[in-house]
Amino acid sequence: MFEATARNHRNRKVEGLFRLLFLWMTCMLILPVALILAVLIVRGGPAISWEFLFTQPMNNMTAGGILPALVGTVWLVVVALIASVPVGVAAALYLSEYAPDNRLTRAINLAIINLAGVPSIVHALFGLGAFVIFFRFGTSILAASLTLAVMTLPVVIVATRESLQTVPLAFREACWNMGATRWQTIRKIVLPNSISGILTGVILEVSRTSGETAPIMFTGAAFFLPFLPQGVLDQTMAMSLHLFVISTQVPDVPEHMPFGVALVLISMVLAMNGISIAFRVYLRGRKKW
Amino acid sequence: MPEVAHAADRRDAAWWIDRAVQILVLAGGLSAIVFIAGIFVFITREGAGFVFDRFDFREFFGSPRWTPTSSHNPTYGALALIAGTASVTGLAMLVSVPFSLGAAIYIGEFATGRVRETLKVLVELLAAIPSVVWGFIGLSIMNPLIIQVFDVPVGLNVLNAGIILGLMAAPIMTTIAEDALKAVPDTYREAAEAMGATRWQVTFKVVLPAARNGLVAATLLGVGRGFGETMAVLMASGHSINLPTSPFDSVRALTATIAAELGETAAGSDHYAALFTLGIFLFLVTFAINFAADVFVRGGQRKHRRRGRRPAASANP
Repeated sequence: MFEATARNHRNRKVEGLFRLLFLWMTCMLILPVALILAVLIVRGGPAISWEFLFTQPMNNMTAGGILPALVGTVWLVVVALIASVPVGVAAALYLSEYAPDNRLTRAINLAIINLAGVPSIVHALFGLGAFVIFFRFGTSILAASLTLAVMTLPVVIVATRESLQTVPLAFREACWNMGATRWQTIRKIVLPNSISGILTGVILEVSRTSGETAPIMFTGAAFFLPFLPQGVLDQTMAMSLHLFVISTQVPDVPEHMPFGVALVLISMVLAMNGISIAFRVYLRGRKKW
Repeated sequence: MPEVAHAADRRDAAWWIDRAVQILVLAGGLSAIVFIAGIFVFITREGAGFVFDRFDFREFFGSPRWTPTSSHNPTYGALALIAGTASVTGLAMLVSVPFSLGAAIYIGEFATGRVRETLKVLVELLAAIPSVVWGFIGLSIMNPLIIQVFDVPVGLNVLNAGIILGLMAAPIMTTIAEDALKAVPDTYREAAEAMGATRWQVTFKVVLPAARNGLVAATLLGVGRGFGETMAVLMASGHSINLPTSPFDSVRALTATIAAELGETAAGSDHYAALFTLGIFLFLVTFAINFAADVFVRGGQRKHRRRGRRPAASANP
């Protein structure tokens, strides 16, 4: 009675073909990157040593290490986080816990999408015009970090909002029914239940911030500085800009050096992302509701 | 009766704190609008000198001659730069739209369980690679490869930047497209399967048409990403002012021009303000793209809400 017709067989075959086609397409996106990573590891791996990571660049950056760039990137990321995390979490709290579905909320959401979509070089122009010139911070870590903070604000907001929204409404209702105010509910119920998700977003922001180049080019990062920054009003070197400089601007750099810098940079970024993803998977497995 | 009024007044410390927090978080939310407006205000402020005094619509959009450093007759024609950006972005989309949509369909409709999660994580990791690293890859890996394979003198060209940009834009397009597929209610699929449709028939005849808006949005966001990409295009496209006629021509993009020239200009000069004008142009175009994408996403969501679920008795009058 249920004998397969020729049409069924054909359908089955077509289905198999489509499945293979789409699988191939997926692989075509992922494989080149795996290959590229392999090349980076093979050619950049030999450059990396304690000395490479923890000494000053020498001979016009054609020898020595990358210490000032590493330290500079840490400075930039930390200051950017201090500026953007409170604002981002506040914005996410508003959108998730308070915002009614009105024009203002839609405008805020559109603004967030656009902050994420504006080209990084336009953020650089903004940073230059606003922080360096208008607010007179000069080209400094402060100006560069604030530029980065504005640029990566959507990362914090989106991750935090998602994390807040995983807390079931019933938790909040139970708390409100006990007579708690909105803020008491948020502090005692919503935040403790979503803090790890917020952390995941922060780690993601660290990863984004440490890789950005264009926004810091004119706002605070220098091509070469023989000393480490002492405060937020100093200029600094940075890993991302350093990679750009030694691969395009400086002649006679031995080939393994830019590969080494690229490998260190991409390891930092992927490690951060990996931690963030692993953390998320772990949390999802542990969730009680 | 004042005592009763007093007893009903619950404005204690907790109430005031609640009020204060409400205002604080509202300020946080508004900051996004403040920043996006601030971006426009500050780049316009720096570029205003050029826009109002020197800007010539026909020269800017009609002339391929961008020679701001010429001492006797500087010209500010952005046509070649626009063509550079358009050619690189166009090629990138040609490469990555089909592959991203294909990957989204595989991840969303075919893959299951562990495979699906793994693929999603991998795509997310792809999105994390910094653009300067992509540029370096174009410079040091793709460049010799293109010279060797196609036997051309220079490997830094539209093809190189297009492929790099395609790989860069793919993750965001895949993610958004997969979200759009996921937003199609399962009842659609179940109905089609109940009629005897196979998986690919369901995908092509039911899911893709239903998710069309979201897929358009995904493509638009990919275009926006390519349009605004700076470091990778700066390093991989060859950076020479050109109206490209073949994929092996070197070009220069709008974004790359700003990045390369801003450091050498004096603040307040025509050249400096002209670069900010390019920035205003980039800002307006990406704003339009993002706005359009948002409209499409919203349209798609509304459609499913209407058709996918039974309307609530009287949810919102």
